[in-house]
Amino acid sequence: MSQSLRETLKETWRFYRKTLRLVLTGSKEYYLWCFLLLSIMIVGFLCYLPQLQKGLITTNMKDQVVWGLYISNFTYLVGVAAAAVLLVVPAYIYQFGPIKEIVVLGELFAASSIIMALLFVIVDLGRVDRFWHMLPWIGKMNFPSSLLAWDVIVLNVYLLLNLIIPIYLLVKTYYGKEPNKKFIVPLILFSIPMAVTIHTVTAFLYNGLPARPFWNASILAPRFLASAFCSGPAIIIIVFQILREYTFIKVEDRALFKIAELMAYAMFLNLFFLISEMFKEYYSNTVHIASLKYLYEGLHGHNLLVPWIWVGTLMNLIAFILFLFPITRQRLSTLNIGCILIIAGVWIEKGPGLVIPGFVPDPLGEIYEYIPNFRELFISFGIWATGFLIFTILMKVAIPIASGEFSHSRYEKEKMS
Amino acid sequence: MTKEEKEALIARLEERYLKKYKKKFRVGIEEAIQNTLWGYGLDLSRCIGCRRCVYACVEENNCSREKPQSQWIRVIRLKKGSLINLEDSEHYYNPELVPEKEFLYIPVQCQQCENPPCVRVCPVHATWKEPDGLVVVDYNWCIGCRYCIAACPYRGRIFNWGEPNVPPEHWNTSVHYLGNRPRMRNVVDKCTFCIQRVRMGRYPACVEVCPTGSRKFGNLLDPNSEIRYVIQNKRTFRLKEDLNTEPKFYYFFEA
Repeated sequence: MSQSLRETLKETWRFYRKTLRLVLTGSKEYYLWCFLLLSIMIVGFLCYLPQLQKGLITTNMKDQVVWGLYISNFTYLVGVAAAAVLLVVPAYIYQFGPIKEIVVLGELFAASSIIMALLFVIVDLGRVDRFWHMLPWIGKMNFPSSLLAWDVIVLNVYLLLNLIIPIYLLVKTYYGKEPNKKFIVPLILFSIPMAVTIHTVTAFLYNGLPARPFWNASILAPRFLASAFCSGPAIIIIVFQILREYTFIKVEDRALFKIAELMAYAMFLNLFFLISEMFKEYYSNTVHIASLKYLYEGLHGHNLLVPWIWVGTLMNLIAFILFLFPITRQRLSTLNIGCILIIAGVWIEKGPGLVIPGFVPDPLGEIYEYIPNFRELFISFGIWATGFLIFTILMKVAIPIASGEFSHSRYEKEKMS
Repeated sequence: MTKEEKEALIARLEERYLKKYKKKFRVGIEEAIQNTLWGYGLDLSRCIGCRRCVYACVEENNCSREKPQSQWIRVIRLKKGSLINLEDSEHYYNPELVPEKEFLYIPVQCQQCENPPCVRVCPVHATWKEPDGLVVVDYNWCIGCRYCIAACPYRGRIFNWGEPNVPPEHWNTSVHYLGNRPRMRNVVDKCTFCIQRVRMGRYPACVEVCPTGSRKFGNLLDPNSEIRYVIQNKRTFRLKEDLNTEPKFYYFFEA
């Protein structure tokens, strides 16, 4: 064996060994966190097995309401993934500090969200065994006619982008080299319109169905984007605070407050779009109002979603007020309350609050009140836990690399001398 | 696929069904008859809401029988005076006797749209419109995403949420590949105007069973067909015409 090959192998082995050590060692909180996530994942997986065996009959979905909790989570997570990357823009304009770290973090966060979103699609598919039918060339993709085909493409391109960019940046740092700006800046810039695209295409997926008047409103895509600009950054603000507590990444308060200010604008737009939709539906008061009525006040005595949507709307409203005034926006306690309110409020609005009323009443006027069963709940928790674990592990390795703690041995030697 | 490939596939399917269901099936692959576009007529002034069509369809098309029973036809009951707003429809009416004085009944099944929204949205080309206008599904290609069900304005598509169950003695062994052959769990199926019958010159099962003769069927391209007579001489309308789906299912009232 030649000398250089042996060196390379040794170095590769060293990388894997160190990565493994990084992932497997940590504080007590880290172990507890990972153990918690792993157990939720196992419970979720055990709940998924019977569904795989017996079919979707093990869920509470029916012919009247064919999409439920899974697709609700999918829709929400696409928004979160989109917004994480869009943060790169203000981070750059307002110079939030360690821009490279923020890019890496935002994109890895987006990648984790997309993986969760795709997992939700997979558990919702009746025939997972035929998943390959959807792949271009191998299967028979109905492109460009089906918006679902579009969604599969843009989500995967976006996932790829969000893996290539941070991995490239990290590899360069690992070798102690400067990234090639000509290569990476266009990719980063490209990921920004792609973030808008994934969310728009997902909105169009619902929007293009005249059979479902609730979704067939032009305001749908703008509402999607506005709410995503709220929920994504809300999660990022929390993640930033956790990371600066436990790692070297120092994000200044100033940056968090700026993000919160941008969220206030986004939430204003979101609420404004909601009012526009409400006005149109209630003032014209045609038969197409049925689904909206089911959601906000109940229809023919069926009102399962009513308390949820009002709590969600109230949460968004309170968060908007908290973020509007600098006093509450620029205090961490109220800022965090606002973030949690937005995370939950937008989830209700853009998850179950968007998907389920589309099916109620069904096209022939039947009302079936869908509520997920425990299996759907646990499978969903399992997927969320998977995403969190992926993100945690990515951070555990990415941050030491970004900080220069963990790098190629040659580069380390250079640093020493 | 070439003719030989198709025949080999059918032989394989028949063998598989023989093993699985202990029955000798005849799996047809008859192509669309030339110059044919199937159309359906339904006389709302005659329909008494007895649901015989619903059950005849279940039997003919090998639909799952229990928990839940999979039905391709749905008869809804509306208060007289209302026709278009289906929000007040009753799906589970169950009186001692039909018809009831103050109600009318609208049977709804796949409307075989000329411009089918379900076909447009399918991500994998598992469903398409045949040359004779029938919208069909390849149950072996469907991935079970249910986007077509979300897109259908008529609830014309049904999902097999679990493994379909048919008592052994109830199998209809005369089937078509694109129609009533045994389905598997978690795929979409739908009414095909009984493709296994109409391509062999027979009426759909629902037309045959209707005790009041409310159901009419024929070739829209044949000027002498019954369906053309209905369109010429009755005042017909189609469900949700404003959606531009161009159904080939004509409702009418006795003039």
